[in-house]
Amino acid sequence: MLEKALSGSRRYWAWVAVLLALIAVGFSTYLKQYHEGLGITGMSRDVSWGLYIAQFTFLVGVAASAVMVAIPYYLHNYKKFGKIVILGEFLAVASVVMCVLFIFVDLGQPVRVLNVLLHPTPHSVMFWDMIVLSGYLLLNIIIGWTSLGAERKGFPPPSWVKPLIYIAIPWAVSIHTVTAFLYAGLPGRSHWLTAIMAARFLASAFAAGPALLVILCLLLRRLSTFDAGRESIQALAKIVAYAMSANVFFFLLEVFTAFYSHIPEHMAPIRYLFFGLDGHRGLVGFMWSAAILAFVGIGLLINPSTRKNERVLPFALAAVFIAAWIDKGLGLIVGGFIPNPMGRITEYAPTLPEIWITLGVYSIGLLVLTVLYKVAIAVREEESLAAHG
Amino acid sequence: MSVTRRRFLKLGLTTLAGIGGAMALDGFWRGSAEASEVLTDQKALKAKHWAMVIDSDRLKSAENVQRMIDACHRTHNVPDFGNSKDEIKWMGTETYEHAFPGQENGYLNEGIKEKLFPVLCNHCENPACVRVCPTQATFKRPDGIVAMDYHRCIGCRFCMAACAFGARSFNFRDPRPFIKQVNPDFPTRTKGVVEKCNFCVERLEKGLPPACVEASNGALIFGDLDDPNSEVRQVLATHYSIRRKPELGTEPSVYYLIGGGEEHA
Amino acid sequence: MYKGGRIIAGLLLFACLALMPFLINIGKAAAKPSPQVNTPFIQQLTTQTCVESAAFMKTEHMQLLNQWRDAALRDGKTVYVNSQGQSFPISLENSCLKCHSNPQQFCNTCHTYAAVKPYCWDCHNQGGTRQ
Repeated sequence: MLEKALSGSRRYWAWVAVLLALIAVGFSTYLKQYHEGLGITGMSRDVSWGLYIAQFTFLVGVAASAVMVAIPYYLHNYKKFGKIVILGEFLAVASVVMCVLFIFVDLGQPVRVLNVLLHPTPHSVMFWDMIVLSGYLLLNIIIGWTSLGAERKGFPPPSWVKPLIYIAIPWAVSIHTVTAFLYAGLPGRSHWLTAIMAARFLASAFAAGPALLVILCLLLRRLSTFDAGRESIQALAKIVAYAMSANVFFFLLEVFTAFYSHIPEHMAPIRYLFFGLDGHRGLVGFMWSAAILAFVGIGLLINPSTRKNERVLPFALAAVFIAAWIDKGLGLIVGGFIPNPMGRITEYAPTLPEIWITLGVYSIGLLVLTVLYKVAIAVREEESLAAHG
Repeated sequence: MSVTRRRFLKLGLTTLAGIGGAMALDGFWRGSAEASEVLTDQKALKAKHWAMVIDSDRLKSAENVQRMIDACHRTHNVPDFGNSKDEIKWMGTETYEHAFPGQENGYLNEGIKEKLFPVLCNHCENPACVRVCPTQATFKRPDGIVAMDYHRCIGCRFCMAACAFGARSFNFRDPRPFIKQVNPDFPTRTKGVVEKCNFCVERLEKGLPPACVEASNGALIFGDLDDPNSEVRQVLATHYSIRRKPELGTEPSVYYLIGGGEEHA
Repeated sequence: MYKGGRIIAGLLLFACLALMPFLINIGKAAAKPSPQVNTPFIQQLTTQTCVESAAFMKTEHMQLLNQWRDAALRDGKTVYVNSQGQSFPISLENSCLKCHSNPQQFCNTCHTYAAVKPYCWDCHNQGGTRQ
């Protein structure tokens, strides 16, 4: 089936070329980082994780969100999602690929990465994260590819795929729960030491992931013959609206606990993020933008008239997606390190090389996504051709 | 003759299993030289639980503390990058408010408020860094020392996120050009690994006290916390002591004597 | 053959790439390595043997070094008693390099020949400042 990605319009090849160029820039910048060390990034002794790990965290969410399509379709027989379930699975594949790459580019000694397998350590959450992520990648590749292959031949998917589909549902929840446990179990980081972390992660994932999926569907409708169908898009948009509401609600719970209990260590990171601390205001603009975008997005998506307006819909979804990205792909990770365990403040801003490497990884993910979507759509086109004679 | 898919898979799997088995057996057979063994050095200082008491009364000036830091950093080839972003330190200083956050108040006696306290790895009994390390590159030895295996560290920095005391540093760059004078008896580190205080395990093995203790003029007391007759136990039994962030349950092995002015034996 | 020209060109390109290491190194046979063991310290020794037999060291030194590393660093066992009952301090710098004070020559000759790049010297001091 992969050969279907090798023929396409001029526009398709131009897009692939742009991605390849970005990958090349990212890769050459990574070689520089490989030789000089992570000193070329903005990370420091105090803020020892930055853009890479934050992107990893955010993308685990996007990957997990495939269940928001799979659950209605496979468990509740919501047929309208039949067309897009494959897009959800392939989005998960591309996201997990990016997650793995973001971990990899963050390592100080990347050539030793297999030490994680050579010295398996069950008391490390990182060990379990590796297991659930690679398992999830495998599950989605197998499920997506076999279903599509069967569809192409006009058969239902083979019966052995069914159990995998059911396993993939709790597995998706597990990838984001385990990722939350990376943070939520650390004694000295009050911003992360919260039982609701995994729930927050899932809520934000189930908002950002489907929001991206709908945006992709709307794009595909313009660029190809693929039409997800109005009804499934509206259903997904509702999921986004309520997941994002839950996400905002969970965040407000954090705010209440921190500020009503008035425990300094719990207040400080939130204060830093939204108001700045001792004149350090690096993320204040971002966080308020996220807050405004979140409320605007939720408002536009809950209100039926704006949600049904497909001119407004992409903006509402983009607002939610960007808000979730700032919250998780920037604020949560960096905020956890500020102030440091001694109560001192070191700010963080990514450097240009760090941003290029990040764009490079995103480009790899987009390339994987492009190829997989191209195959999926080509198979569908072939089918409809055959059906209509 | 055509190989069916089933047959191909069977053959392939058998071959793989064979290679795997052979490799495993090979590992068993060639583990080590026959009839050799490894022992601990007779000269080595031994303990069940190494601990340190820092008598802040005896640290009269910032120079006293700096001398200890210099001794440590010189001994262990700790580089000086000249900027706080890449900074590596095994021992640092903090004021009371920052070393013991949550225990300060606005009316502290000036002497304590301004004093610089040495801060270092606490060699916790329940180290969060060890719990999170995915490769056991950081691990707790039977004598309580939380050690680093720089050969194994993949540089994921999970331990830095887990440490509640800011005791860990990462080699953001190649440290070698930034070591003023290399101590040939101790290795340097390489870029991309995390490092921290090792309670001078390499000196204890030779029967020597930690470098900072040696340079402290008696302000640092080092010994076995499990031995009721050790000096650390004597001092702790007769003086009021505190530890950093005890509420987190990591059980630091570094104790601080604050105020009182009473000299220990 | 459908698109035959392209296929043949592709195959040739692949063959060139795959054979690149051989093509580049044609006629550049490296001389057989000869690690030198005649350092001043070794010359003064009455019995010039390593911690284990030379044959063992030639084939197993990497396993022995790994064993030493884990014993000293992880288990605090810093004394090695060999198969003859002799003991040696477990230390790359203070045991190995005491005799082999010429690591640049002794280690690198074979490693370069075999295109092996051990990372020992990224951290351990290869000497220079030591006697």
